[in-house]
Amino acid sequence: MTSAHREPLLVEGSGLGKTYPAGPGGAAVPAVRGLDLELRRGEALGLLGTNGAGKSTTMRMLAAVSPPTHGTLRVFGLDPLHDGPRIRARLGVVPQDDMLDQELTVRENLVVYGRYFGLPKRVLRERAERLIEFAALEAKADAPVTALSGGMRRRLTIARALVNEPEILLLDEPTTGLDPQARQLLWDRLIRLKNDGVALIVTTHYMDEAEQLCDRVLIMERGALVAGGSPRELIGAHVLPEVLELRFTGTEHAAGCAAVKELIAEGAPWRLEVLPDRLLVAAADGQDAQRRIEARVLPRASLVRRATLEDVFLALTGRALVE
Amino acid sequence: MGSAATATTRHRGAGRPWWLVERHLLVYRRSWSVFVADVTEPLLYLIAIGLGIGSLVGEVAGTGVPYARYLAPALLATSAMNSAMNEASQRVFMRIKLEKTYQTMITTPMTVRDIQFGEVSWAVLRGLATTAGFLVAATAMGLVRSPFALLAIPAAALVGFAFAACGLLVATLLRSWYDYLYLQLFMLPMFLFATTFFPLDRFPDAVRPVVQALPLYHAVTLLRQVCLGRIDQHAALSAGYLLLLGLAACALAAGRWRRMLQS
Ligand SMILES: Nc1ncnc2c1ncn2[C@@H]1O[C@H](COP(=O)(O)OP(=O)(O)OP(=O)(O)O)[C@@H](O)[C@H]1O
Ligand SMILES: [Mg+2]
Repeated sequence: MTSAHREPLLVEGSGLGKTYPAGPGGAAVPAVRGLDLELRRGEALGLLGTNGAGKSTTMRMLAAVSPPTHGTLRVFGLDPLHDGPRIRARLGVVPQDDMLDQELTVRENLVVYGRYFGLPKRVLRERAERLIEFAALEAKADAPVTALSGGMRRRLTIARALVNEPEILLLDEPTTGLDPQARQLLWDRLIRLKNDGVALIVTTHYMDEAEQLCDRVLIMERGALVAGGSPRELIGAHVLPEVLELRFTGTEHAAGCAAVKELIAEGAPWRLEVLPDRLLVAAADGQDAQRRIEARVLPRASLVRRATLEDVFLALTGRALVE
Repeated sequence: MGSAATATTRHRGAGRPWWLVERHLLVYRRSWSVFVADVTEPLLYLIAIGLGIGSLVGEVAGTGVPYARYLAPALLATSAMNSAMNEASQRVFMRIKLEKTYQTMITTPMTVRDIQFGEVSWAVLRGLATTAGFLVAATAMGLVRSPFALLAIPAAALVGFAFAACGLLVATLLRSWYDYLYLQLFMLPMFLFATTFFPLDRFPDAVRPVVQALPLYHAVTLLRQVCLGRIDQHAALSAGYLLLLGLAACALAAGRWRRMLQS
């Protein structure tokens, strides 16, 4: 942490906001509100939030593609409004939608995209080879991108973002649609890039991914920041350290729920979350909770685990899809 | 690490629109048929109407010019218009709305202005290629005689510019493919009545100002004067009209493009 602070500051946003103008379909949307964020060289920052929280909007502002409507933003110390091309030359962008060039083949997609950065063809031909290998698309190198599967397109999009050897990589849900092998491979590659000093900003709906990959995460809700810190810090600050998961056979679910509520009423220092298929009991000591509950009702299955970032996320953003 | 940054600073902004043209060249290398169709269509009109019907018409009254020689430059103007306009409206529409090609480009150092500049340059180049092909064919048929006809090349470039710019604007106004039919509803009558096939004095007095307001009328006037080697102030007037039209369309398109791509 302290060593990271000595690294140069690459992104600095304060009070950052974006309101989309009112369209024919509705009123103006404040998609991002008063966001403060910092990113240093070699750091991985996670952006978490429910659908529509403003993650992609934030990413597009950082990518110097979409101008902020509020606050100030510096990327590489430059103003995105005036130095967009110079900033974008040093960024790698993986948008949420793949947006590959439908009229080109896999290899051409890499080379042509690289040309937009003004890179010489000689360099690009060689880089395209390496990136095709990285994306494991050797067999499809000369196929039109329309012939790729969803996951292959995703891998190509990620490979494409590396063609200019960026200093900051912006990844908007990079692993959505990837199989477990490809996801593992990507994490591996991202960690190596990070060790080489590349800064990463990742949005994801997979909390395990954020926990593994990110030094710090920001949790957004309706455009505003609700919490920020390292995954460890967030777990320490917002949830009890252990979680007891209880499953009951259909009819006993309600009885189990009542028993836990009773114990809490009697003073047990737990927090109960009721899900349709199971109960989650957050506690400082999960095994103690397990013993005390099982003395009253017997669940079909029970398990004690450490609290994860997912528990923090759910606690902070609520379980309901729409509140 | 630093190689990308240095390479990009070395290139600055000057070359960026060219990279888009380069992409199109790569794509169109596979679609020669487009170029062949662009040149063939006006040639077919020239043969069927210029030579065929022209043999019944003889000379165009008041000009002393055989009909085919009168028609050829108008077809040239039309094909420069069509190839620029089709590219810029149809293809650009697809790339904006469906394929998101530009949304990808603006994540690179390319700016919206670079993309527009590149698209207009490309459409002009396409117009030029068509013009050159048609001019060679028309000359071989003995329908172009004046050495001034070489001026047809820059003139066609101007026509290409004006219509490519209009195409960029139109592409942002189309909401779906159906709107494209409305565009055709304007383009077809313009093709038939912009003095392409017969002179202005054949129109009733009341209709003439309407005809003279049509962009294609000015494209036809410019190319006809140049190809026949009978250049007067009308050529300059028409060239000015096309230049202003192109610049105005570019300016209007710029704002709309920025709003569409950088939201
Ligand atoms: N181009 C746009 N024009 C108008 N409103 C938009 C636009 N893009 C996004 N929004 C709105 O802004 C808000 C934030 O959207 P955004 O795409 O940033 O969310 P997100 O956090 O990326 O969500 P998801 O997890 O679903 O990808 C939403 O209410 C969305 O409807
Ligand atoms: Mg998103």
